Amino acid sequence: MNQMWADISDLAFEAALAAYVVALVCYAIELASRRAVNPAEAVLAGRDAAAGTTTLVRTGPIDPGTIGRVERAPLAPWGVRFGRAAVVVTVVGAAANVLSIVARGLAVGRLPLANMYEFVSVICAAATITWLIVLARTGARTLGVFVMTPVVVLAVVAGTKLYVPAGPVVPALNSYWKWIHVTTVAISSSILLVSGAASALYLLRGGIERRRLAATGSAELAVDGSAAATTGTRSRSLLSVLPSMVTLDRIAYRTAIVGFPLFTFAVIAGAMWAEVAWGRYWGWDPKETCSFITWVFFAAYLHARSTAGWRGRRAAWICVLGWVSMIFNLFFINMVVSGLHSYAGLN
Amino acid sequence: MSATQAPPAPAAEPARPGPVRGVLAFLRNVWRQLTSMRTALILLFLLAVASLPGALLPQWSLNSAKTAQYIADYPTIGPWLDRLGFFEVFGSPWYSAIYLLLFISLVGCLTPRTWEFVGQLRARPVATPRNLSRLPHHDRREVPGSVEETADRVSAGLRGWRVVRRTEERSGPPRPGAGPEPIAVTISAEKGYLRELGNLVFHFSLVGLLVAIAVGRLVGYEGSVIVNVGSQFCSTSPASYDNFRPGLLVDGTDLTPFCLDVRTFTAGYTPAGQAISFAADVGSQTGAAAGGDAWADNLLQVNDPLRLAGERVYLIGHGFTPHFRVTFADGTVRDYEQPFAPEPNDPNFTSQGAVKILDPPGVTGDDVRKHQLAIVGIFAPTATLAHGGIMTSEYPSAQNPGVAVDVYRGDLGMESGRSQSVFAIDTNQVDKGALVKQARSNLMPGESITLDDGTAVTFTGYNEWVSLQTSYDPAQGWALVFAVTLLIGLMVSLVIKRRRVWFRLYPANPVTQPGPGDRTVVEVGGLARTDQAGYGEEFDRLATLADIASTKR
Repeated sequence: MNQMWADISDLAFEAALAAYVVALVCYAIELASRRAVNPAEAVLAGRDAAAGTTTLVRTGPIDPGTIGRVERAPLAPWGVRFGRAAVVVTVVGAAANVLSIVARGLAVGRLPLANMYEFVSVICAAATITWLIVLARTGARTLGVFVMTPVVVLAVVAGTKLYVPAGPVVPALNSYWKWIHVTTVAISSSILLVSGAASALYLLRGGIERRRLAATGSAELAVDGSAAATTGTRSRSLLSVLPSMVTLDRIAYRTAIVGFPLFTFAVIAGAMWAEVAWGRYWGWDPKETCSFITWVFFAAYLHARSTAGWRGRRAAWICVLGWVSMIFNLFFINMVVSGLHSYAGLN
Repeated sequence: MSATQAPPAPAAEPARPGPVRGVLAFLRNVWRQLTSMRTALILLFLLAVASLPGALLPQWSLNSAKTAQYIADYPTIGPWLDRLGFFEVFGSPWYSAIYLLLFISLVGCLTPRTWEFVGQLRARPVATPRNLSRLPHHDRREVPGSVEETADRVSAGLRGWRVVRRTEERSGPPRPGAGPEPIAVTISAEKGYLRELGNLVFHFSLVGLLVAIAVGRLVGYEGSVIVNVGSQFCSTSPASYDNFRPGLLVDGTDLTPFCLDVRTFTAGYTPAGQAISFAADVGSQTGAAAGGDAWADNLLQVNDPLRLAGERVYLIGHGFTPHFRVTFADGTVRDYEQPFAPEPNDPNFTSQGAVKILDPPGVTGDDVRKHQLAIVGIFAPTATLAHGGIMTSEYPSAQNPGVAVDVYRGDLGMESGRSQSVFAIDTNQVDKGALVKQARSNLMPGESITLDDGTAVTFTGYNEWVSLQTSYDPAQGWALVFAVTLLIGLMVSLVIKRRRVWFRLYPANPVTQPGPGDRTVVEVGGLARTDQAGYGEEFDRLATLADIASTKR
């Protein structure tokens, strides 16, 4: 047990937490600036943005000719700048988070996954890294606020409520299975976290688009279409920052087909560890039951997505249910329901 | 299950169907409904929802005390939930109904798909569509060389694909005055058959896994027992165990006997009292050697069970057994040792228990039930007196053992027919006045209490006990095998992608005779049968197969 590494770990975690908060604020500012920033979405939102700029220029200062041209060139520069800063800060936070985990491991001379604090810290790091990979692949930066919000919440809870000083592990956890089971659970959960978030946004965007369609329809019919027009404007700005339906669906599916087999492996590894530690490979312990429920939901999602009539909204709903049950399983089962997995350091 | 098609519309029924035919039609429709993807998805969803109470409500099989407490706490809905099986979800009829229907649906869906898959393996890739430019991916290029040369080049580039080359009449309007129609060569290629194989393996593994679990539940058993360090334990019948949970087909008559000799137990703790290691030094005898003198040496640890012939023995818990010497009024001296149970949620092993002396010496008949003794109280491995003089333990290992006991005399109520905990006395007897407290004292080793009749109770020391669990499940190896094939099937079915590509090659200038200056037109069309993403780049690469340069890589 090395105190220096323990202190470094704690400092690095605080740095990571600070970075996550700053990143979240930056993502939120970019989102709030309500301009199309995702190149993939530019086509869809371009018309709206252009319309907005024109209005600004018209109501702007005295000489619209010159000023208009100058202001028109950078398309919402502050929003984009904050967005780019957010990515940089996210990378810094993820690095600090990884450093914190490694230092903790060095301090205690074991895998730093023995209590809820360490576990949540790893989940935060893995979710952030998954997010950065998705970002690099798709450029859907405006998703950041939706991924970083749960990460920040988790990191704050970990740093305040769940924190336990570095220490050795109880004999029940002293097994090489911990390396296999807990790391794969953490990684697969983080990946599926992104999948569920994408499906939730898919539903959100789908809802807005449908309402917008209905609003346009009624505006044409109604004599006074002002109410419908306002809804339209607000949802249009939200639409401009969300990735397209196709992108969201693809993110959800691609992360799910990586996360689901890994999660399956993690559950199987857990069953093998249970056979070694508890005398049976499956005993419907609350944690086991809930991971089974999560597995069934994600299995249903993959099936639904390849079944005519279930693609789209229905599949996304199933994915979101799996997501909810996974989050419930990761955190609340340990805190509320007592079972064999109660190593949280909470009691 | 992923590719089930909607059942075809039933053929028009005759005007007056006979009863037999009506029943058959009904059954056929039910079967079609059951094996449809929609039903399977709904059943999957139901399975997940039906499992929820198992995670959220206490379960008899996991924690009977907590379940009983829950029912007592909610007297209105508790008994109803119990009657409906909510505290035994995974053994309840409705849960079984869901998963049995699901697996019937699965098998009903998989069997035809297996035959279909075998047929597909034999079938040749489908003929090239007439108009390739209508496909989602298409390309057209002109390359130097004859049709045959180009076709060879393309075929060579399609390694790992199933390829069929066909010749066809050149499509397009017939040219007036031309001789025989020029011939076009088409190449149909398909890959990704393994995807369906993975799919089938995954789903059949699920069925196999369920069967393995069911077999384990039928013929397996679990037994748990507390053994004092320094004692032996032989598993010969369910009666050897404190708690025995047999499978449905286990009557306990043919357990494979084995014996264990628990020699030592060591627990390591940090100075702060956190456990680091538990290990028991255990001798074992199995099979014919059981009951003999030869012992095999084993180290039994948490996370490291003892694997005997088919049984596995686990170190589940540990605790302390205080020793008492009782000197009765008539001068008889007897030694008693009784395992005490660690209080739940106390990491420092403050333990509770009761020594029950049912047959005090020197008394007979009804007098026995006036002179039974009970030593009830607390054992603390490292005793400290909290405010008010209540003894608790401040460290989990025995550094300063002490007991705080009450001694009762009277009728322990063992004849009442009510079952009693070995760790406590029946407090009803105390309330009735049949059992009366005689003395209360904190004792360190060697110290004693003397009762009014001259009986002396001495705390002479302690040893430790281990709680062992025997598990027997002959099918668990199969469960593992199916879990592994399930995972492999799943990964194959998600990674492999089904792709089709077609090439149509014909001479750019059909009029001239074949010669060295020939050019060939290559039309390419591609179709991703699953998961479009990523096929764009792959198709672009496929389209270049006809180019001369592609062969020089």
